[in-house]
Amino acid sequence: MSGTSLVTARERALAVLGGEPDDATLRRYLHGIAGVDAVGLEQRAAGLGTRSIKTTSKRRALDTIISLIDLTTLEGADTPGKVRSLVAKAVNPDPADATTPRVAAVCVYGDMVPFAVDALGAAHGDPDAGLISVAAVATAFPSGRASLDVKLADTAEAVAAGADEIDMVIDRGAFLAGRYGLVFDQIAAVKEACRRPDGSSASLKVILETGELATYDNVRRASWLAILAGGDFIKTSTGKVQPAATLPVTLLMLEVVRDWHLATGQRIGVKPAGGIRASKDAIKYLVTVAETVGEEWLQPHLFRFGASSLLNDVLLQRQKMSTGHYSGADYVTID
Amino acid sequence: MSRLAVPKTYKLYIGGAFPRSESGRTYEVVSSSGAFLANAAKASRKDARDAIVAARAAVPAWAGATAYNRGQVLYRIAELLEGRRGQFIAEIEEAEGVSRAAASAQVDESVDRWVWYAGWSDKFAQVAGNANPVAGPYFNISVPEPTGVVAIVAPQDSSLLGLVSAVAPALVAGNAVVVVASERFPLSAISLAEVLATSDVPKGVVNVLTGAPAEIAPWLASHADVNALDLVGAADLDWISLEIEAADTLKRVLRPESGPDAAAPALGRISAFTETKTVWHTKSLR
Repeated sequence: MSGTSLVTARERALAVLGGEPDDATLRRYLHGIAGVDAVGLEQRAAGLGTRSIKTTSKRRALDTIISLIDLTTLEGADTPGKVRSLVAKAVNPDPADATTPRVAAVCVYGDMVPFAVDALGAAHGDPDAGLISVAAVATAFPSGRASLDVKLADTAEAVAAGADEIDMVIDRGAFLAGRYGLVFDQIAAVKEACRRPDGSSASLKVILETGELATYDNVRRASWLAILAGGDFIKTSTGKVQPAATLPVTLLMLEVVRDWHLATGQRIGVKPAGGIRASKDAIKYLVTVAETVGEEWLQPHLFRFGASSLLNDVLLQRQKMSTGHYSGADYVTID
Repeated sequence: MSRLAVPKTYKLYIGGAFPRSESGRTYEVVSSSGAFLANAAKASRKDARDAIVAARAAVPAWAGATAYNRGQVLYRIAELLEGRRGQFIAEIEEAEGVSRAAASAQVDESVDRWVWYAGWSDKFAQVAGNANPVAGPYFNISVPEPTGVVAIVAPQDSSLLGLVSAVAPALVAGNAVVVVASERFPLSAISLAEVLATSDVPKGVVNVLTGAPAEIAPWLASHADVNALDLVGAADLDWISLEIEAADTLKRVLRPESGPDAAAPALGRISAFTETKTVWHTKSLR
């Protein structure tokens, strides 16, 4: 698992900020970042969405999408049985076609991690090795409204249960109130809680919940803040708030990731989540990633789709391409 | 003072909206004497796919509506059709080159057929279903249920009557329909779609495509999300291949019919697109 150690992350942040990460310093830094040209951003995103991806390119794109999916179930009604069937689908997305790649990870609530780990068995591991990771949402997902102690306990428990990746939510209330230092400290503390006794660390995805941040400027600031505080991934949304992931917001976050890479050489991942249901939309995201940060980012440690129904649509498209006729919902599983 | 002509743009009818063909293609529709009438949209396989997606989404609500309600909705189509008699008569006269009386008779017959099928909506289950006698203290009841999405190649030699004769019976049981209109006479089909759009038929329950049946029908026949195929107007196509393709996904198929009696009103056209569900229920014991 990738994951920078806390010490270096903090040192890097101090070097970039030129001071302790308190409210005043962060405010000076984040508000010093140039504003977002909203019209230009949306136009650029719309332009990237017009590429025509057909035949063999489409085939490759569909397989890439599957290998980048965090197959997700985050319902109050989740049961161990539901998680087991989710895992079965993650391991073998299309039982009728053995060439179908596996998804990158399954994403579940913290208390479901043991069931996911158990169901995965030997298939549990690094997506780079063709295995499947377990991601857990933590820190009082989806609202993030809990004390730091609760958030840290939530995180530590999921990591101890075998989660490879932690999807945390930031405290949007504190962020919007300008208490950047608090948000920074919380992310840094959760990052610390991701450590395992053997010294390795679960990868940390920081959910910005862009639908609640109101402006593109805020999204850009939150992205910088999350990266400075040590996030390995920045993720758009919980999927519980509308609007969830949109192409312009994802493009903006990718631009921050690109700028950070140019400045420090460190590669941060991006995960759009929520509302991406059609293969056609997902392909637009692939184009956007390739054109913004480069094709190198199209791998499970640097880009993910947080999705549930997207996988079925991709499978239908794959079936259409292999059989030559349109498939239907009766030929994929019911989620 | 002379007025500028305001010609009508004939488009497709998919999911309750009137889009142009995704392909951007159109073809010329000419009268029986060869005069230009209008440009009609030439639907592509992707339009067919979109129509099937819309139809599939419409099935649960339409199939779940009460038979009485479906009958009311179908009857209302006949009411609205009656109100636009003039438009349809003029269209048929022009396109088919028939006399005003013949065109008028075709519209009358179409309206009457809607009414006839609408009436069957809450009655056909009594005829097609049954309470089966069984050797035990059980009710054993067979009821016809809609099969789902029905793809139709409409009769090619008629503007309105053929279309109505094929579409109405498929709707009665609660199916959603994707119909490929007559290639030569597509304009009345789109005018009928305007009637459907302003009646109480939920969006997606009827989807009308215009264009070449020879191009679209194979995609409908092989589509795995189509439950039944009515080839009534496919006599000039390679319909045996269509039937074979439909068999791959176990579709119900009605074969082509031709002549003046094609798609004549019959209870069989309703029950052809149903699945019989049989349930057992205990009789009360004391």
